[in-house]
Amino acid sequence: MAGAGVKELKRRIRSIKNTQQITSAMKMVAAAKLRRAQEAAEKSRPYTETLKGTLARLVGLSNDVEHPLLVKRDEVRKVGYIVVTSDRGLCGGYNTNIIRATTDSIGADDRKPENGIIAVGRKSRDFFRKRIGVEAEYINLGDKINYSDAREITQYVINAYENEEVDEIYLVYAKFINVLRQVPTVVKILPIEPPDQGSITEEHNVEYIYEPSAETILLTLLPRYVGSQIYHAMLEGKASEQGARMTAMGNASQNAGEIIGNLTLKMNKVRQAAITDEILDIVGGAEALNKGGK
Amino acid sequence: MADSTFMLEIVTPEELLFKDEIQFVVVPEVNGELGVLRNHAPLIAALNVGIMRYTDNNGAIKKVAISGGFMEVMSNETRVLAETAERGSQIDVLRAKASRDRAEKRLSEHDASINQVRAQMSLARATARLKAADAS
Repeated sequence: MAGAGVKELKRRIRSIKNTQQITSAMKMVAAAKLRRAQEAAEKSRPYTETLKGTLARLVGLSNDVEHPLLVKRDEVRKVGYIVVTSDRGLCGGYNTNIIRATTDSIGADDRKPENGIIAVGRKSRDFFRKRIGVEAEYINLGDKINYSDAREITQYVINAYENEEVDEIYLVYAKFINVLRQVPTVVKILPIEPPDQGSITEEHNVEYIYEPSAETILLTLLPRYVGSQIYHAMLEGKASEQGARMTAMGNASQNAGEIIGNLTLKMNKVRQAAITDEILDIVGGAEALNKGGK
Repeated sequence: MADSTFMLEIVTPEELLFKDEIQFVVVPEVNGELGVLRNHAPLIAALNVGIMRYTDNNGAIKKVAISGGFMEVMSNETRVLAETAERGSQIDVLRAKASRDRAEKRLSEHDASINQVRAQMSLARATARLKAADAS
């Protein structure tokens, strides 16, 4: 009976070791993908920063510009949420946190508008499909985020906004702090709230020539600004996803190691007990023989 | 030559495509082509879909297809922001030709289901790319 126990424990140890191999491989893959995601985010920075700076300056210059994307609507009947999650799981609480941030934000809105979800990533779609309703979905975008995907989403939301299908649009994604920390973030992207003019540096505070006019430039800039925000959120989201997966898989590998340790200890105890039992049997038998011999 | 050069950066969301000292740059401004030399006054210009070309440090003329955006000139630093930018030498001529033909076909069919504006934009992009690749 004791022998069967050892066999069973050995089988379990082997199975957990296999799982540990998978989780530690996934951790390494996530680490490599995280690096790539961070590089992509780094590369997009000059574009985003220049866009932001120019927009802040232009809005300051032309206060009287009336662009539909800048106008706040008095009555908000419908609010759209672009929810950026991952396509795949095994990344700890990453998706749950983003989804919770979305539902919290919806719950906290006292105006009680109708809501619609623009799902980026399968997890977001699967969760909201049966609850709030998914207006558009962008899934299977892969590990490399292309700007063209962000532009497609941008075109969709700007269209919906201009046709007054929605009155406000928020963007929900996980901001990447470090491997251990990803903060779910909700930002309003439509109507556009222009970046703070404080971001204009002294050096750039000069008179520009505007060709053909400040207004025209502003008009071409606004949709691009929305696009760059969405692209940025997708890049951050991807880095956060890989970071969360790295941590989750690291923990899983560690837990597997602990379980293996415990099981090995248990297995050795069982084996030793079996050996002790056997020795006792033999000693007992020998003594009985000796007594019989006298 | 060094005192006639200035910095040009071509920036897209995905990368910094180009950053170097150049002698001269021409961009497709909304109302026509616009050239910039060293010591140009500070300028912000809206750009159309089209090709930009610059004369590099060695006097060679290079072409880049861009899909619209804007340009900022500031104390001898010129920065072009475009959603996409492709060097002429990188362009897949066959693909650009195919997309030009497709866009032309769509425009000629007058089908109500086709987004005319989109087809025109796609035609403009394809034409620009072909021009940049010197294959129009």
